Amino acid sequence: MNQHTARDYEQELQNIRGALLEMAGRVEEMIADSGRALLERDVNLAKQTIATDQQVNRAEVEIDEACLLILAKRQPMASDLRFVTLVMKMVTDLERIADLAVNICERTLDLANAKVIVHASIPTMSDRTQNMVHLAIEAFVEQDEAKAKEVIALDDKVDELYHQVFEDLLVQMHKEPELLHDWIHVQSVAKWLERMADHTTNLAEMVIFMVAGHDIRHPHVQKARAAESG
Amino acid sequence: MMQQPTTHARPYRTAEPDRDMATETNGIKFRTKDVKAWYGDNQVLHDVCMGIEEKEVTAIIGPSGCGKSTFIRCLNRMHEMITNARVTGAIELEGQDIYDPAIDPVLLRRRVGMVFQKPNPFPTMSIRDNVLAGLTLTRSKKRDQGDAIVEKALKQAALWDEVRDKLDARGLSLSGGQQQRLCIARALAVEPEVLLMDEPCSALDPIATARIEDLLHDLRDRYTIVIVTHNMQQAARVSQKTAFFLQGELVEVDETNTLFTSPQDKRTEDYITGKFG
Repeated sequence: MNQHTARDYEQELQNIRGALLEMAGRVEEMIADSGRALLERDVNLAKQTIATDQQVNRAEVEIDEACLLILAKRQPMASDLRFVTLVMKMVTDLERIADLAVNICERTLDLANAKVIVHASIPTMSDRTQNMVHLAIEAFVEQDEAKAKEVIALDDKVDELYHQVFEDLLVQMHKEPELLHDWIHVQSVAKWLERMADHTTNLAEMVIFMVAGHDIRHPHVQKARAAESG
Repeated sequence: MMQQPTTHARPYRTAEPDRDMATETNGIKFRTKDVKAWYGDNQVLHDVCMGIEEKEVTAIIGPSGCGKSTFIRCLNRMHEMITNARVTGAIELEGQDIYDPAIDPVLLRRRVGMVFQKPNPFPTMSIRDNVLAGLTLTRSKKRDQGDAIVEKALKQAALWDEVRDKLDARGLSLSGGQQQRLCIARALAVEPEVLLMDEPCSALDPIATARIEDLLHDLRDRYTIVIVTHNMQQAARVSQKTAFFLQGELVEVDETNTLFTSPQDKRTEDYITGKFG
């Protein structure tokens, strides 16, 4: 791929790319650690993961700032414009995923001594969501539209798991109403994993826009807009 | 010597392949077909086929020497005024070949006005006479309605409020940005249908540039405007269509919003992202 004639500009874009990859890697770790902390009732790991969120928050602020400066100084066009504006959106989704991992860790602290057991599908949901983030970032790095589409397809699997977990937990709640409070915590964890997968789907949609230049979000909206413009 | 354009026996084809260039002008002000241009032996345009929409701003971008200024100079037959310059192909204004021997180039230039890179008011003339210069040169009968024409043209060029009390002052007494708007007023005074602008803001400061861009916004409902610019952000701001030229070829023309976000051709992408050369 050709490099920009302005070397400073090329370096600024590379710096943003590197910072985003580092942030995404940290978020992946947070998903994995939050799942392991919950499963193993590892309070220390939960606390460490909560602390890691500060680094993700900082990365969001710094990457946003670097993108704003590029918009102001360089007025990027075409693929550069798509890259910079989408990175600004991607860091928001990554930061939200990290917040959800923090939520899971906080529930881990609540459930440290609880009698309820974590639903067997929750570790699977966690693994799949982590894998989705990994694939989405690979798609971003490799500019791979097909891989990004794979991520979007995987979201359906996580949704299916969530609905199954939800039904199973409802049964448990009826069986053990005295543990309702704890079961609701477990249900929340499943919901947050499902939300993480949704945010990761956003990442994949952005990668497709960045690579191919077409916006696949909300197909019904796109269709209505096309009809309106004749 | 300028070479007369070739006559095509069969219907022309443009970027809209199903349209007959020779007979349909619906919404298209200019159509060019296989336009080639030379300075001596140096060919600077290669087979440019392009439709220019009526009452829109079309921006032409490209690196220095890509032929963009030559192209617009072909649109009002100014290219042929240069020694050893020639052009072939066909250029139609509302379906009429502008290189037809029956066409008077002076009258054509009344329909297709031009504003240049450097403001060029006539140095010895007053502001009023500068505005009326085009009418004088073309011996228009409207010269009698001078005051009304001066006021209208200066208002259209967003200069009236700044010069209404000094119409007899010399054009050169104005600032660079005002001089450029005076030149636009001069071009508008002859009531052209098309305004060609060759880097009209490149010698102006950002405020004067913003005034010209505002002006373009006001004028685009009434005139067909073709602007050559090196400033891609300006092209993105002021135009509805943008054409990218490279080494004398029209590489890509598209909706401005599309071209600057998702160009189809890699050469366009490389140019507008600064990955060129």
